[in-house]
Amino acid sequence: MEELILSVVQRTLVAGTPLLLGTIGEIISERSGILNLGVEGVMAVGAVTAFIVTHHTGNPWLGLCAAIVAGMLISIVHAFASVSLQSNQVVSGLALTMLGLGVAGLLGKPYVGKPLAIKINAMPIPFLSDIPVVGPVLFNQSPFFYMAVLLAIGAWFVLEHTLLGIRIRSTGENPKATETQGVNVSLVRYLSVIAGGGFSAMAGAHLSISYSKSWIEGMTAGRGWIVIALTIFALWNPLRAMVGAFLFGGIFVLQYMLQPLGISPNFLAMPSPQRPGHAGGTLPPRRALRARL
Amino acid sequence: MLHFKVSDREQISAIGTFLTLVLALTAGMVVIGLIFLLCGVNPFFAFKKIFSGSFGSVFGFKETITKAIPLILIGGGLALAFKAKFWNIGAESQLLMGAIFGTWVGLHWGPVLPSPVIVPLMFVAGFIGGALWGLIPAILKIRFAINEVISTLMLNYICAEFLILLIVGPWKSKKKFGFPYTDDLPDSAILSLLPGSRIHTATLILAVVAVVVLAIVIYKTRFGYEVRVIGENPDAAKYAGIDFTRTTLLIMAISGGMAGLAGIGEVAGIHHYLSYPDSISSGYGFTAIIVAWLAKLNPLYVIFSGIFFSGILVGGDAIQISLGLPAATVDVFNGTLLFFLIMGDFFTKNKIRVLSGERA
Amino acid sequence: MMHKIETLEMVNVSKSFHGVRANDNINLKVSSGEILGLLGENGAGKTTLMNILYGIYQPDAGEIRVNGQRVTIDSPRASIEHGIGMVHQHFMLIQNHTVIENIALGYARAPGLFPQKKIRKSIVSFSEKFNFNIDPDKKVWQLSAGEQQRVEIVKALVNGAGLLILDEPTSVLTPQETRDFFQVLEKMRKDGQLIILISHKLDEIKKLCDRVTVLRKGQVVGHVDAEQMDKRSLARMMVGRDVIFSFSREKMPRKEKVLDVADVTVVGDKGYPVVNGISFAVYRNEIFGIAGVSGNGQRELVEAITGLRTVTHGRIRINDKDITNQSPRKIYNNGVSHVPEERIRFGIAPNLFLYENAILKQHHQKKFSRLTFLAYGRIKAHTRQLIKEFQVATPSINVQTKNLSGGNIQKLILGREISDKPDLLVASHPTYGLDVGATEYLRNQLLKRRTEGGAVLLVSEDLDELFELCDRTAVIFKGRFMGILESDDPRLADIGLMMAGTKNLRPGDGADASL
Repeated sequence: MEELILSVVQRTLVAGTPLLLGTIGEIISERSGILNLGVEGVMAVGAVTAFIVTHHTGNPWLGLCAAIVAGMLISIVHAFASVSLQSNQVVSGLALTMLGLGVAGLLGKPYVGKPLAIKINAMPIPFLSDIPVVGPVLFNQSPFFYMAVLLAIGAWFVLEHTLLGIRIRSTGENPKATETQGVNVSLVRYLSVIAGGGFSAMAGAHLSISYSKSWIEGMTAGRGWIVIALTIFALWNPLRAMVGAFLFGGIFVLQYMLQPLGISPNFLAMPSPQRPGHAGGTLPPRRALRARL
Repeated sequence: MLHFKVSDREQISAIGTFLTLVLALTAGMVVIGLIFLLCGVNPFFAFKKIFSGSFGSVFGFKETITKAIPLILIGGGLALAFKAKFWNIGAESQLLMGAIFGTWVGLHWGPVLPSPVIVPLMFVAGFIGGALWGLIPAILKIRFAINEVISTLMLNYICAEFLILLIVGPWKSKKKFGFPYTDDLPDSAILSLLPGSRIHTATLILAVVAVVVLAIVIYKTRFGYEVRVIGENPDAAKYAGIDFTRTTLLIMAISGGMAGLAGIGEVAGIHHYLSYPDSISSGYGFTAIIVAWLAKLNPLYVIFSGIFFSGILVGGDAIQISLGLPAATVDVFNGTLLFFLIMGDFFTKNKIRVLSGERA
Repeated sequence: MMHKIETLEMVNVSKSFHGVRANDNINLKVSSGEILGLLGENGAGKTTLMNILYGIYQPDAGEIRVNGQRVTIDSPRASIEHGIGMVHQHFMLIQNHTVIENIALGYARAPGLFPQKKIRKSIVSFSEKFNFNIDPDKKVWQLSAGEQQRVEIVKALVNGAGLLILDEPTSVLTPQETRDFFQVLEKMRKDGQLIILISHKLDEIKKLCDRVTVLRKGQVVGHVDAEQMDKRSLARMMVGRDVIFSFSREKMPRKEKVLDVADVTVVGDKGYPVVNGISFAVYRNEIFGIAGVSGNGQRELVEAITGLRTVTHGRIRINDKDITNQSPRKIYNNGVSHVPEERIRFGIAPNLFLYENAILKQHHQKKFSRLTFLAYGRIKAHTRQLIKEFQVATPSINVQTKNLSGGNIQKLILGREISDKPDLLVASHPTYGLDVGATEYLRNQLLKRRTEGGAVLLVSEDLDELFELCDRTAVIFKGRFMGILESDDPRLADIGLMMAGTKNLRPGDGADASL
């Protein structure tokens, strides 16, 4: 029984990792005042880029870097539309999702069904992983997990305790006042959206070069949309995002574990997406989302 | 010396708007061609295939019209919602709910009622199903200030799972060799097709009539006026005594209801039974967002933009088969064209003048 | 980069918007240790000029010189770097952030890491120097208007601003806060600070400024010594003619009661009552004014009367009919029209056509619709008549309403609101920000409504406007009336004290006795 629980926790953390990465990115973007509904598409681009580069170079770390760059590049389109052209963020975000999914599908077509020779494997942390019970669960994970947790803490630190963070948050809260303080609001927004794209792409890379070692169309399976909901669930706080992401990760895992017992996996998934909606309602909606929606 | 000046455009002629649109679509096509090129596909060949597969052949054109039906219905409803700045991106599940309600009516009363009775009943049920599902985000927004983008998105998931639950559980047919499908609708509940095609005429006529009526409603009636005032300035609408709650509920009932009509139309006209969500709707609820946008939120123009994007869907299927491209190819079209439409909007709303002069 | 500003000049500065010259060849100069008054009516171009100085707008022509050197100011950042600070009329603060975070945002020397911790000291020392007494960890929305203004001033001073631009600084302050603020300015002047004070209040200018530059319609009409001018001649320079302080307002006998407000309490946005048991009545042939510093409950009171906000206690009657908490449409149908404050935000849908805005509240009436269809023919005919009658300048009725000027939009709204001959017209700050011509026109229309037998409820911060128009004026402070004065009441001289809550003419009337 204990083994089972540990295995569930272990797998929960794995399943929650891409959700956490994506959510950090979306938090940064929304804190600067730009809603990015394109996460799903950027994730797909990240996944396919990471896969292709790893496939050809044999170096998954190079694949990860390429994915981040690709995710940032494609996010520029959304930044341009919503910041420079001041167009509707919902429409432009949807366009980004479609574009991302489409491009990923096209690029990845020749690679469907080809497994990678190498992937980013679990990396036990010396000493820590030897701690009984907790060790193997927390400290024998994929590097993506460590990165996600560190980045969440880092993002929280940047937002709350640095000048850059104050600028990002001020831009989202009141762009006009921020502009009069000599801050280049457009630049802050561009950078935030682009950084958000990098995080989403990282989440995608986790799927194709660590979680599994293959590419198939639609492998992001709606995680990008869950990220949008998680962002609200986390109340735009990267630390709370950890709680939310791993909670959702747990639901994913339970769903698959209960499947053989004859319980429909879909049944459990049902209540999950409802939660963020409630959270968004009982707590004051933030300006970032109300703005121009 | 030249410099650019961006300023609000006071008024733009219909021809100007149309030309910008054509320009945006053309530029979008060029970019799509480039993307194809980068992905190792000959763009000229691909475009030729898409055109011949959608508009350039009799079979293709029939398919284009078939798939335009749900796009026109949903696009019209979305145009109404977007006019009021209610961002309904849950048409996909409003369609499914319409399909569920309508199918239930068809399965239960189809065997005992004649076609002229059961078919209208199913459409009514489909409308109600979509409308009820559309009302949920409206109520959440009015009562709890929950952003409709998030709620409609999440409702898409809930509805899809609900449908799966139905077809693997209580509604699962005993005659389908264990597949998760419902029973077939009885013959009386099945829509007749235009011979030699899959065009279910009843829904087609319904769609065209609905968007025409909707255009009249938006531009000629008190309700439409109120919708537009709410969309343009909700504070002024409140000040003017326009009932936000009532109007929003009505908007979402209509918007969801029209998607519901599309849903039951798809089942009664094409599939004849309920199955997995992706096979009942191939993303019509999302594609219709672009349809509405291309139509500049005018339901009348939705007829044309619906046929246009339907052509891309059908043509996309054609190149999938002939060039072995992935299903997502159509997304490249939709995403890119949507971006260029947004850019076109920028140019119709803003005047960019190239001036010559000393001052910069 | 940073150097002490000794003099600042603006030379031949011009700026146009949509072909309208907001600033036309303007020159001004300010030197160390003096306060320059920039006097002009709303719309004279004062704020535009200062926004150019602060880098928000770029001038079409002309230049700015600091200590005689030409400088380029193409952004607020550049302006801050040249030692210029600005306190905007509408505070540029992030309401959800703390005072420290707000100051750190524009603080050129704020460190990248832990800025909140590291700049606390300099904030506290500035705060102590001027007796500001602000808690750096409070969120801005928790502060009063006066405190928020002090945050704005600290924000400018920590950056070493040698020149401080103050745009209508006293418009949101109580008289007490204003006195404190004047002391701060005196202290700054002694420290050698350059100050430009934008105002249209003559008293303030006379009292504080060394020199005054007067603007009218985008042009400089004169540079004068504040000491040598009396108020009347300053006013004449500002307006361009002798100001007629008396409108033709003959006394009229009070007729039957139209509006009856009885012991009304209204809860504000922050969840506590902002109108506390107010009672009054407005009669036919009467203009009833409400004076007060903004934020004392006048907005909420108006919203309660027009149905936009819930009344939590008390009753409101129109012509003896109870309309408490009825819908805005029902109240309108009972004869209450409303010219809202912030006309573009509430009064129109800017992207809709002029003729569509001309019927914003009447579209459901029988004369404009048949069954459910709007009768566009009649609507357009009505609109044409409206713009003729109320002198709305527009090329056609088929233009988007946002293309009209503020004055013309206000004429359209007023025309729309009084074309139905309402029993009660509620007007909130109807002439705010309008030019003299439009102001005079609108005031005359209000008087006309009174003569025709309507009742008018006028909410204004402009005391001159209230004195000119009102038969009776109530003074509101913290959601209570400090008194209701007839137009010939000698105690009107004390209206400032009443607005500050220090004088209460009706202490037994439910008002706070401690005041």
